[in-house]
Amino acid sequence: MSNGYHIVVCGSLVPDPLQTLEPVTTPDGPGLKNESMLPSVLDPWAAHALYEAAHLAKSVPGSKVWLVSLGPKAKLQQLMMAVAQKASFEFVAVDGSASGFTDSFETAHALAKAIEAIAGLDRQRLLLFGGCSSASRDAGTTVGMVGALLGIEEQFLAVDEIVPNDDGSFRVKERIEGAQYLVSECAGTPAVLAWATGNLPEPPNNPQVGMANMRTILPALAKAEAAGNLRGSLRFESVETPTQRRETRVVKDAGIDEIAQELAEWIRG
Amino acid sequence: MEQPGIERQSMEVDIACVGFGPAMGGFLTTLSRHLTDESGQPLLESKAMPGMPLQVLCYERADDIAFGVSGVVTRARGIRASFPDLKPEEIPMACEVRSEKTVYLLDPIGASRRGTALRALDALVRPLAGKRMAIELPYTPPFLRKHGGLILSIGQFNQWVGNRLMASGAVQIWPGTPVEKALVEDHRVVGVRLADQGVERDGSPAPGFLPGMDVRASLTVVGDGPVGPVGRQLDEAFGMPEGRRREHWAVGMKMVVELPDGCDLPEGTVVHTFGFPEPEIFGFLYVMPGRLASLGVFVPSFLDSPVRTTYRYLQHWMRHPYLWRWLEGGTMRSWGAKTLAEYGKQGEPFLVGDGYARIGEGSGSTNVLTGSGVDEAWTTGVQLAEGVVELLRKGQPFTRENLAAEYERRRRESWVESEGRVAEHARDGFTRGFLTGLIGMGLTGLTGGRWHPKAVRKPMPTLEEYCKGRLGADEIARLRREAAEKGVPLHDLVLDALGWPKIQYDGKLLVSHQDALLLGGKVQAPAGFADHVVFLYPNLCDECSPQLCVEICSGQAITPNPEGGRPLFDREKCVHCGACLWNCPTPTPEGASNVSFRAGAGGLHSAEN
Repeated sequence: MSNGYHIVVCGSLVPDPLQTLEPVTTPDGPGLKNESMLPSVLDPWAAHALYEAAHLAKSVPGSKVWLVSLGPKAKLQQLMMAVAQKASFEFVAVDGSASGFTDSFETAHALAKAIEAIAGLDRQRLLLFGGCSSASRDAGTTVGMVGALLGIEEQFLAVDEIVPNDDGSFRVKERIEGAQYLVSECAGTPAVLAWATGNLPEPPNNPQVGMANMRTILPALAKAEAAGNLRGSLRFESVETPTQRRETRVVKDAGIDEIAQELAEWIRG
Repeated sequence: MEQPGIERQSMEVDIACVGFGPAMGGFLTTLSRHLTDESGQPLLESKAMPGMPLQVLCYERADDIAFGVSGVVTRARGIRASFPDLKPEEIPMACEVRSEKTVYLLDPIGASRRGTALRALDALVRPLAGKRMAIELPYTPPFLRKHGGLILSIGQFNQWVGNRLMASGAVQIWPGTPVEKALVEDHRVVGVRLADQGVERDGSPAPGFLPGMDVRASLTVVGDGPVGPVGRQLDEAFGMPEGRRREHWAVGMKMVVELPDGCDLPEGTVVHTFGFPEPEIFGFLYVMPGRLASLGVFVPSFLDSPVRTTYRYLQHWMRHPYLWRWLEGGTMRSWGAKTLAEYGKQGEPFLVGDGYARIGEGSGSTNVLTGSGVDEAWTTGVQLAEGVVELLRKGQPFTRENLAAEYERRRRESWVESEGRVAEHARDGFTRGFLTGLIGMGLTGLTGGRWHPKAVRKPMPTLEEYCKGRLGADEIARLRREAAEKGVPLHDLVLDALGWPKIQYDGKLLVSHQDALLLGGKVQAPAGFADHVVFLYPNLCDECSPQLCVEICSGQAITPNPEGGRPLFDREKCVHCGACLWNCPTPTPEGASNVSFRAGAGGLHSAEN
């Protein structure tokens, strides 16, 4: 591709799942106990999308990556300490709830508005990346709606791979039911790619990348606009986290079949 | 690890900082306030990047700035001086100290190792101890009091400080980025080298290899704690000042516990204990907001057990009737461990040199009499920042002389120094025994440091010597065989044999060591980093028994090798407490620890410690 892609990655934070997470009801609806004190991580599906975007941008000269994140400003700032050394991007922040207890359309609307406001973004060269799902609430609908609001008709919603061709077209490998893939040829941008897992490992921390990113991160946080009411008319009847059961035994040299058998019996209860 | 022939990226900054803890929080908070004006415009220009504001970068080993560990009760003089309007409720899990108790715990089990004099004392006070087998001291000496101070979660405090710093935009903090070493050229520190990424366990390049970058700086600020590799490298490179040595250490192990319904301990309560499970083991319990308690024990180097363990002792301590009445039915939320620099002022290194300055616990700032380290560490960071700003304003270079004049002078003239001098030998008496230590500590405090017992140096006793009169040689030999056959440390078997009851797990608070690691510490090890614990001379491990690195390991990350010799190390269980480093009883021919404790990522992943 002669001029490269303009890749916008929609991705935000989720509470670090390793912390003690307890659902509570707040005056603003469902939330997590002591949410302000919980560190956050980049939503793992969004992380796949970001790493794939950075890789694609490196391999197609002239490409550029933006990371558009909708989340509480203070939390986004802390998240950037962990993310900004991983991949080169220009940051766009929208200040609002990333709890997952929001309306997908309202969230998509806020993201689309932020993307439309990106200076220098060529919408004809746009690849809109996001997660096919989210660790905060697995609706799997947001990025598709962002694409629709931006008028993008080519949408791929469980992507594992993109291979660009020299003529500007690209091949997309998507997961479909029955452990099979659907391979599509797309004539060109703009397109929406919602990532499943991708193929790339988490990149190492590169201090120079972090330094460069930080030049856009702090101004972006400073001018982040409030997203407004993201809940719309949604009402949640009840909220609960999955129950956990843990038993520890130390068994050495157990065979694979033996382990599988025990797991199956444990799951059956 | 030095990889010959590898090209490394390099970048220039003005100030490179190693480790983000309370000392670095104090340094960066104070520095950042002088770097921009009220409108956010830079006041000081970068020399490394002309035209840009001063470039200040801080690298932290842990995956997040909130993953520190400490049991913090502090007078908070330095912290409050930095934040005069501080309200404890601004910081999650923080509150004011409202009541303090110091409690002597008697041994309700009869398995504790107590000398004749202590047994006599116990018999004397037993009628006063009641069914809870404890005596609340009627008087807390002034040097121990923290009334009006703060109870903190160090993880939450660090997160609170770090977020304010990042919001200022004046400095950058990068967690998940271990610093391998300082770059030393012609006796001058010129920056740091970050740890290699994308390597095998032995440090050799693997797919995705990214050589650690050289970050060159005119000033390197070292605040990587008592076992940090950069601080120790500087100790080796420049030596220690005459008369300074690092002999007193401790492992601090803690939990954050959700207290059971009906527990009547009010927020702000501080309880310090001594006397149990072994006389030398001190304990603490601090009640935080939201019915949470931060509690734990310190296992010091002067507990001369060759099978010393912290986790098992922590469980026995919690089960003491004085404490268990509050804890029974509680739930562990978090767990962690760290090395404590119990040497304090005695182990103070050169605070400054050409191109570098040292702050915090690793610089000997901990007060071992008052049992306070966070506020002292914070204050040393503030003092350095004030000195650095002065030098920047004058346009003077960061030479040893200039840093001594502007930082070391401030420190010498402060309460950190004067109180540190009083405390310098407060723990020396414990090398002669528990009672001598206790009396010595009290007299040190009451005489302003003018009187203290002299320390003695004793080699670690053999297991047979340690158990003399309690376990016979045949029994010890049997235990050794059993541990070898099972591939487990000796401590549990020895404690069982000495009469300590087995811990009955309740699945909530009394859990297995591995469950504490996973459910409390949430321990992680990011891929692509080398093993940070390396045994330098395997032949020395062959001759070492019991292997104290295995016994003391806070995460059960170091285990006996079924084939004998060098123990096995599992990076995914390591909490980076560094206890293996100073517990190794078999020094190398060079006189150093046979355990090389290097820069590594990961470890504890809980934000509540």
